[in-house]
Amino acid sequence: MSLEPRTDPNPPTAGPETPAKGPAIDAQALHQEILDLGTQGMVMNMGPQHPSTHGVLRLILTLDGEEVMACEPMIGYLHRGLEKMAERRPYRHFLPFTDRLDYVCSLANNLACAQAIERLAGVEVPERAQWLRVALMELNRIASHLLFLGTFGTDLGATTMLLYAFREREEALALLEAITGARLTYNWIRVGGLPDDMPENWDKGVLAFCDLLESRLPEYDRLLTDNPIFRRRTEGVGVVSPEDAKAYGLTGPTLRASGVAYDIRRWAPYEKYAEIDFDVVVLRDGDTFARYLARRLELEQSVRILRQVFDKLPEGPIASKVGKVLKPPPGIAFSQVESPRGELSFTMVSDGSPNPVRVHIRAPSFANLTVLADLVAGNKVADVVAILGSIDIVLGEVDR
Amino acid sequence: MIAQALENPWIRQLVNAAMLLAVINLGVLVLIYLERKVAGYIQSRLGPVHVGPRGWLQSVADAVKLVLKEDIIPAPADRFMFVLAPFFVFVPVLAVFLVLPFSSGWVAYDFSLAALYVIAAGTVAIMGIVMAGWGTNNKYSLLGGLRSAAQLISYEVPVVLAILAVVFFAQSMSLVEIAEAQRGFRWFIFQPPLLVAAFVYMIGQLAETNRTPFDLPEAESELVSGFHTEYSGIRFAMFFLAEFANTFFASALAVVLFFGGWDGLPGLTGALWLVLKSYVLVFVLMWIRWTLPRVRVDQLLGFAWKVLVPIGLIVVLWAAASVVYAGGVAR
Repeated sequence: MSLEPRTDPNPPTAGPETPAKGPAIDAQALHQEILDLGTQGMVMNMGPQHPSTHGVLRLILTLDGEEVMACEPMIGYLHRGLEKMAERRPYRHFLPFTDRLDYVCSLANNLACAQAIERLAGVEVPERAQWLRVALMELNRIASHLLFLGTFGTDLGATTMLLYAFREREEALALLEAITGARLTYNWIRVGGLPDDMPENWDKGVLAFCDLLESRLPEYDRLLTDNPIFRRRTEGVGVVSPEDAKAYGLTGPTLRASGVAYDIRRWAPYEKYAEIDFDVVVLRDGDTFARYLARRLELEQSVRILRQVFDKLPEGPIASKVGKVLKPPPGIAFSQVESPRGELSFTMVSDGSPNPVRVHIRAPSFANLTVLADLVAGNKVADVVAILGSIDIVLGEVDR
Repeated sequence: MIAQALENPWIRQLVNAAMLLAVINLGVLVLIYLERKVAGYIQSRLGPVHVGPRGWLQSVADAVKLVLKEDIIPAPADRFMFVLAPFFVFVPVLAVFLVLPFSSGWVAYDFSLAALYVIAAGTVAIMGIVMAGWGTNNKYSLLGGLRSAAQLISYEVPVVLAILAVVFFAQSMSLVEIAEAQRGFRWFIFQPPLLVAAFVYMIGQLAETNRTPFDLPEAESELVSGFHTEYSGIRFAMFFLAEFANTFFASALAVVLFFGGWDGLPGLTGALWLVLKSYVLVFVLMWIRWTLPRVRVDQLLGFAWKVLVPIGLIVVLWAAASVVYAGGVAR
């Protein structure tokens, strides 16, 4: 299986190449020297209650002064057994539960789950619903990436970025609220389409928001992207090579920052992404700054996609008829969605009964988190926060 | 009776000190309100609005809350150090205010080594921070305390060098005489070597007062709150008070050293000019705080020793040369 995109009319947008900056001191030799002296590392618990672990992640750090010698992530504090819960209820009843996976972009979870059921039951989705789903995905992606920009700034001590990002996120949430009635757990994608059409003039609101966001992006750049202190804190920190990135199973902006052009929206297009013109943001450096920049640049692409959706949005029904009791034929179905954090996929197995036999959720945050321990070893405590922030995990999805 | 009592130098000093204490505490309340409002407007929000008109009673409410809060001493903490640490941080800040001249006659105590005294007394606070970090018996606090010690000692050097350059020009270590030397808009900031010194001083003071981008000792996202993580109630209030009093003092000292002290246009009292100029500098510090991210500890120390100290040394040489050869003495 090649990880290259099938068709990539747009060459990857790459930032200027910066030489990889390694530490001048051989960290390994230094550690050996310290161990020879007979000194002990200090074990420090970071989390599960900590301002920068983005939820209930716990990191057991072994410190040598400010330097991290080893890091062991502990997960499971938010485990609710969602996959098992799916087996105990009819297919459609599980859709609201998916909101609680990655609660920052619950629409992506809804979609991945609905797609798996649709493929299992052979349900067609009307054109208009497919286009609206794309719009919802991208709006949710913008809200999610804005949250990332804000919290990443806070992780590095630039508290103002949080408020600036939330100012725009508020607009995005208001739009999502107008259509779904909720601000966080939307539960707005149904098997076979959407529960309702968009409200009147919603498209105008979204387009106005696109203009607003574009006008505010230079502000973010002035505050973070072009800030020399920010660059020094992030450039060359926590570099992931493309080989490592693939080996760890990284996906999403975390992977694309390492120079691998893998985006489900391009590689295995779902809904109407095949008919939309957008760039897959790929950067070369693979460091913390590249992971930040990838998300910052994806905001522009999402705006581009949203504009095209409302250019092409056809009239028509927004849901196809699905029977009240859904009994898909025995079989297995697989769906892939590019969530803001990476490749989110559902595998559902049916035996012909109203409940699924087995549901497996491939959560991007979980796979992305595996790289953390290797990245932070040898860095400073402050870098742990920066690197963890740049991986952009949501614990609801890691623990499931 | 009162006039008679004031004749006694001991009583006069006591009254001076009490007045100073009141001024500092009130000033800090105003500063906290200002910080919140400035932060609010920089972050496109309003800041406090509910307590009192335009929220100006917010800091009073906060102060009352902090005093009333339960005072917790963690079980594993070293009680003696834990209790003593806030005083070690707070008292030096009050002590340095003693020599700060608000106007030619408005100084609690002036003597010929005031500039040296400011540096020496201010350094004692480092001990308090290390004590807090160590005595709490908390790993985050310990890291914060260690960072603080490294940072304050490193940045003390460029600050001292910058003050030394000013002393060359003023030919005196008395803060009153330094300010007097700048009378009539001959502010030291207009002297090229001292302009550079002012930059070195301000950056150094930014680090000395633990403010972003150098707020590593209490880096919220890394160390929760650094050395005062476990402090609550009135003990926390003392750290808080010390930090803000320190910020104001750093700005006021910068005004005395570089911006002419109480020298200003006629019409306002000298002391008001000094306070006004200090608040402008405080605003700049807040502006920086709410704009910039935090640096990393190695970058912080590298910047002090590889950039600021060499510049400081050059400034001292430059200042000495211009005093001796170019007759750059102000009077």
